[in-house]
Amino acid sequence: MNIKSFYKHYHLMLLPGIVLLIIFHLVPMFGVAIAFQDFKIGLGIWNSPWIGFENFTYMFQLRDSKVIFFNTVFIAVCKIIAHLIIPLTFAILLNEIRFSIFKRWVQTVVYLPHFISWVILAGVVIDMLSLDGIINNTLKALGFEPIMFMAKNSLFPGIVVSTDIWKEFGFAAIIYLAALAGINPSLYEAAEMDGATRLKQLYYITLPSLVPTVVLLATLSIGNILNAGFDQIFNLYNPLVYESGDIIDTYVYRVGLVQAQYGLATAVGLLKSAIGFLLIFISYRVAYTYANYRIF
Amino acid sequence: MVRNKTISARIAEAALILVMLVISAMSLAPVVHVFSVSFSDNAAAAGGFVKFWPVSFSLESYRKIMEEPHFLNAFLVSVKRVLLGGGINFVLTVMMAYPLSRSSKEFPYRNVYMWFMLFTMLFSGGIIPLYLTVKALGMFNTMWALVLPGAVPVFNVILLMNFFRNLPKELSDAGYMDGAGPWYMMVKVYLPLSLPAMATVTLFSIVGHWNSFFDGMIFMRSAENYPLQTYIQQLVVNQNALLELDSTKLELLMKVSDKTLNAAKIVVSMVPILIVYPFLQKYFIHGIMLGSVKE
Repeated sequence: MNIKSFYKHYHLMLLPGIVLLIIFHLVPMFGVAIAFQDFKIGLGIWNSPWIGFENFTYMFQLRDSKVIFFNTVFIAVCKIIAHLIIPLTFAILLNEIRFSIFKRWVQTVVYLPHFISWVILAGVVIDMLSLDGIINNTLKALGFEPIMFMAKNSLFPGIVVSTDIWKEFGFAAIIYLAALAGINPSLYEAAEMDGATRLKQLYYITLPSLVPTVVLLATLSIGNILNAGFDQIFNLYNPLVYESGDIIDTYVYRVGLVQAQYGLATAVGLLKSAIGFLLIFISYRVAYTYANYRIF
Repeated sequence: MVRNKTISARIAEAALILVMLVISAMSLAPVVHVFSVSFSDNAAAAGGFVKFWPVSFSLESYRKIMEEPHFLNAFLVSVKRVLLGGGINFVLTVMMAYPLSRSSKEFPYRNVYMWFMLFTMLFSGGIIPLYLTVKALGMFNTMWALVLPGAVPVFNVILLMNFFRNLPKELSDAGYMDGAGPWYMMVKVYLPLSLPAMATVTLFSIVGHWNSFFDGMIFMRSAENYPLQTYIQQLVVNQNALLELDSTKLELLMKVSDKTLNAAKIVVSMVPILIVYPFLQKYFIHGIMLGSVKE
């Protein structure tokens, strides 16, 4: 059988997808040229004047750029840390329950928010945190002053991180639950024979078995340090909390598409992409070297 | 495994179950809250009296939704988008995953394609160049702007490809011996064997299409073409951002705005997800793990 006769079929199967990827991923990459231009939409990429690194130097002079960079990294790091700890704790607790129907029910329920969009959830969150929302009403009933949650810069990053955790912890726990399911049960049996209590089993068997997973996820998360979550913040924030909530992605949207400063926004986006690419590359390299993790 | 059931162990178990119930309740609470707001009387909802049970039950808001042509229209746009976009995603995912799951001995160009795909997944030009590309292609205001830029879900392709690679190699050997061509192998052998993985990637792509609002917002020029999430974003969420906020205005806005109507819109847009979710969720854990973690 001539295996080479299959090649053309394989190429043919890949063709439509590759063409679409070229049009919508590769071609726009040439669009980053805009970052080095004084781009005018009427003139297009071919005719707009080239200005070298002016957009970049301008970007570094903006006070905004430092603030948004700080916000992005700050929110992302908080999310990463919370995402390592909370789903892990949840998975361990859930795993301790021996009642499997209940266990499955809990899982089904906590995965659910992952599948609901931030548009919807932001609507709900804003409503619940509004002045006459359920939380402020409860506060009032208990005799406290109502709080304008969505207008306080001091509270906004906390709201972002906690609502994100609320939405994703169940789904994020899947990988830990899988790791827990992979622990050899005979380890527990042996430990029990030797008289280990459940706490001791947790400390000496469960936790050490999870360390590789945690390390792997921590490594991979480094690549996401500039992704603080566009959908969420875009839907939650308002001009009052730009100071603490504006991140690179939302800034690029506002400056680029709303204020039509295409050159500047593309420059900011390009820098983000480049750093992000480098970080992802490094973290995957590290994950491959030390945890033998491969994507394919 | 035999466990000794001492009293303290039983108490610990009960406490654990209680904790889990509280966590589950927290996950459900906001969803339940919108449901009850949507079924309540608007005055009660605006006053903030609705907690987790409808106050003065009313279907008024659902009746009003029926009279809003824009809402129904947006719903239809979203349904069309999910069917068309999900279909394209499905076909392309399978058609790319199968050849890429061949070893580089069977298909030496595999690695070239693979690196190209990986590159597009990791590095992108950003939204402005994409916006200009879609504009240049004349796709503004068309369904194509919503379904084509994301037509190849690279991550899903990799999930499915990994799943295909875990199927025994003897399978394709035997198939080819019996004279099956690559297309036949892909559709008649690999596809039926990968139901959990297919369910997973389909769920991801359907949910992705149903939930995305941003492309609708930037690529659609007129409100009639908005998909549902964009419509809701503009109407329910964005109104806060549009107004100069100070406490009196905010309070006024909250009183005036039709809370129950917005809640009903939110509920209607959640329902399709709530319907497909239970059917597919039994597959996806299995599917993700098989596809993503490689030994």
